Amino acid sequence: MLRYTLKRLLSLIISLAVASVVIFAVIEVVPGDPASFMLGVNAQPDTLAALRAELGLDVSRVQRYFNWVGGMLTGDFGTSYTYRTPVSQMIADRLWVSLPLALFALTLSTLIAFPSGIYAAARRGKPGDLTVMGATQLGIAVPNFWFAMMLVLIFAINLRWFNAGGFAGWENGLWTGLHSLTLPAIALALPQAAILARVMRSSLLDILGEDFMRTARAKGLSRRQALWRHGVRNALIPVLTIIGLQFSFLLAGSIIIEQVFYLPGLGRLVFQAISARDLIVVESVVMLLVFAVITVNFLVDLAYAAVDPRLRSRT
Amino acid sequence: MGMQSVRSLASALALGASLLASQALAKSDITIAMQLEPPHLDPTSAAAQAIDSVVYTNIFEGLTRFMGDGSVVPGLAESWEISDDGTEYTFKLRDGVTFHDGSTMDAEDVKFSLDRATAEDSANAQKALFAGIESVEVVDPLTVKVTLSEPNGNFLFNLAWGDAVIVAPESIENIKTNPVGTGAFTFGNWVQGDSITLNRNPDYWGDQPALETATFKFISDPTAAFAAMMAEDIDVFDNFPAPENLPQFEADPRFQVLVGSTEGETILSTNNKQPPFDDIRVRQALAHAIDRQAIVDGAMFGYGTPIGTHFAPHHPAYVDLTGNSAHDPEKARALLAEAGFADGFETTLHLPPPSYARRGGEIIAAQLADVGITAEIINVEWAQWLESVFKGKEFGLTIVSHTEPMDIGIYARPEYYFQYDSTDFQALMGTLNATTDPGERTRLLGEAQRLISNDYVNGYLFQLAKLGVAKAGVQGLWENAPTAAIDLTAISWSE
Repeated sequence: MLRYTLKRLLSLIISLAVASVVIFAVIEVVPGDPASFMLGVNAQPDTLAALRAELGLDVSRVQRYFNWVGGMLTGDFGTSYTYRTPVSQMIADRLWVSLPLALFALTLSTLIAFPSGIYAAARRGKPGDLTVMGATQLGIAVPNFWFAMMLVLIFAINLRWFNAGGFAGWENGLWTGLHSLTLPAIALALPQAAILARVMRSSLLDILGEDFMRTARAKGLSRRQALWRHGVRNALIPVLTIIGLQFSFLLAGSIIIEQVFYLPGLGRLVFQAISARDLIVVESVVMLLVFAVITVNFLVDLAYAAVDPRLRSRT
Repeated sequence: MGMQSVRSLASALALGASLLASQALAKSDITIAMQLEPPHLDPTSAAAQAIDSVVYTNIFEGLTRFMGDGSVVPGLAESWEISDDGTEYTFKLRDGVTFHDGSTMDAEDVKFSLDRATAEDSANAQKALFAGIESVEVVDPLTVKVTLSEPNGNFLFNLAWGDAVIVAPESIENIKTNPVGTGAFTFGNWVQGDSITLNRNPDYWGDQPALETATFKFISDPTAAFAAMMAEDIDVFDNFPAPENLPQFEADPRFQVLVGSTEGETILSTNNKQPPFDDIRVRQALAHAIDRQAIVDGAMFGYGTPIGTHFAPHHPAYVDLTGNSAHDPEKARALLAEAGFADGFETTLHLPPPSYARRGGEIIAAQLADVGITAEIINVEWAQWLESVFKGKEFGLTIVSHTEPMDIGIYARPEYYFQYDSTDFQALMGTLNATTDPGERTRLLGEAQRLISNDYVNGYLFQLAKLGVAKAGVQGLWENAPTAAIDLTAISWSE
């Protein structure tokens, strides 16, 4: 097990190192100079040079790469070119919006997907199943920003139950914070719920065909008892994998929803940083997300190995 | 329940009601939305207009200041004297002005601010404003003498810019995140990505503003802007990004729409050094190929004033030269044929993100195609535009709104990205700068406008409109935008 863990750890470190080079190279190659973006069209050459020196942009790219990586190793993500505040603090601030939003959306999508997936599987081929499947098809096809705009139109502009956007801040209470995240969370959750419901249904249908389900029925359990006691529990494994994938998507992929609801989240930070060529912010946020995904995979690998000893010897 | 308690309950209710009523009367907070978030809050070291929108006249003040009508009036300088040769300005500062940290604003602070802007390592985005300053002397705590190397008729105007505000050496280190100025509002809080809050400064030297707090919110998406306004989440949208929605606000009694003018001359910038645009006949053909009104209608939904030169129509010295480049495709084709392009030619049209450029560009490309010019549309971000078009000069055509006030002087800079190199114009600007007589300045400005119009330097399209949307009860908003500013001192609620 130790050998296996070390091997996985080594591959984790190599992946991170490769990722850092790729991220840095890709972002640095994009045309545009942060200093001239900040100083605009009337900036004089000496002013630009002074600002570049101040931002540490006057050294070579290789040097800058090592400064960046070296800083990250000591927990220093650098200072934003435009905002002039530490990147780590900016990321932490934004995570307080993006992380709860992702969790909220994930909870909603699970709450919607599980019952509808189970319901559809239990009524396979019947009108109930067809209705749920039709609805999920629609949910996958319709983009979430369209849902977002419809939600705003109905619940913010017409009914006035919610604000059209913005984040009220956790310091005003949990309820206020959640309230301002409700519409974005629903908009994010619906397409995810549609995917999840379909996975739940097909996974459950697979299980229902298994021998042990027949055995359970033969033991005298009713269809419903067998479904709940043996079916759902076993069908959850692929569903949980999908939920894990969806979580990283929700965390990183809510850029458009954060724009529509003008939420101060991670996605909007990256969006703003890209157009301002605040390269250090973009690089650090992307690196952080890569780090999160790779680490989660590493932990999952370890968990699999702990459960299934066969894996330990394989790699 | 006894009589006594009924009575006390009634009086409590009455008290509550009157409290509510008085609160409604004295609504003293406002939420103002703008599209872009300022990167930081130092107006003296960045070009971002969003910084000025938040801080200009609210947090920071200069020696002179712009009013909503574009006039320049005394700010922290109460009065001034100009020497006969026009090179010495002696400013008398207001007495009793303090910075938000309690320190006194005096001549030393003025010297510090101007020296900082002109210094070698200055990060001022508009360093040219201060170019002629030779020395700044402290005469006494309330008197400053500024000596110029040559007369500059624009000097008081230049000092009104947000880039010329007075800052204090004590608070300069953290100015970007904690701005300390002399204005009627103090910096409150900044939730990055979301909002900035300003509070009334009780120690302000001038009249106390009606507002107690003001919150600036940042909503970049036009659809979100519309929703936020309709849901009444915000009270004012400074410059509304979706002109197509304005009729809906106009028809709604809850809102008012303020259509004004900005200092933004929107032009089809032409690379004067790149063939075939180095031929004046080709540039003239471009000018006649363009139908300005169609662009204003199609791209800006009718908001915007056609211009025929690089000058703001609301300025007293403006000369209407739109006739000089009237829409005439026949003439355009003839001019092209004369220049040897009877079959037209191919060029590039670089379009930055704002809708005036992206939408306007589509229309212009179609109009150019009509006379035989094929313009390949290239959409770029601002950072890319600055790199390749502005700095690299790798472009044929581009559409940009030049938002700096009174910036006709850029035509005297041959290295400027559209590369117009005319010794006549450069000499004219030299004369203008040395002239202080208002009548003579107006005449010279008129001559300058004619010169660039007759040389067809760029395609002159329209003056960018400022489209404000606000709740019906908000008063005192600037209709025009002589500079990027949201002057909170003038704003109040009518109810």
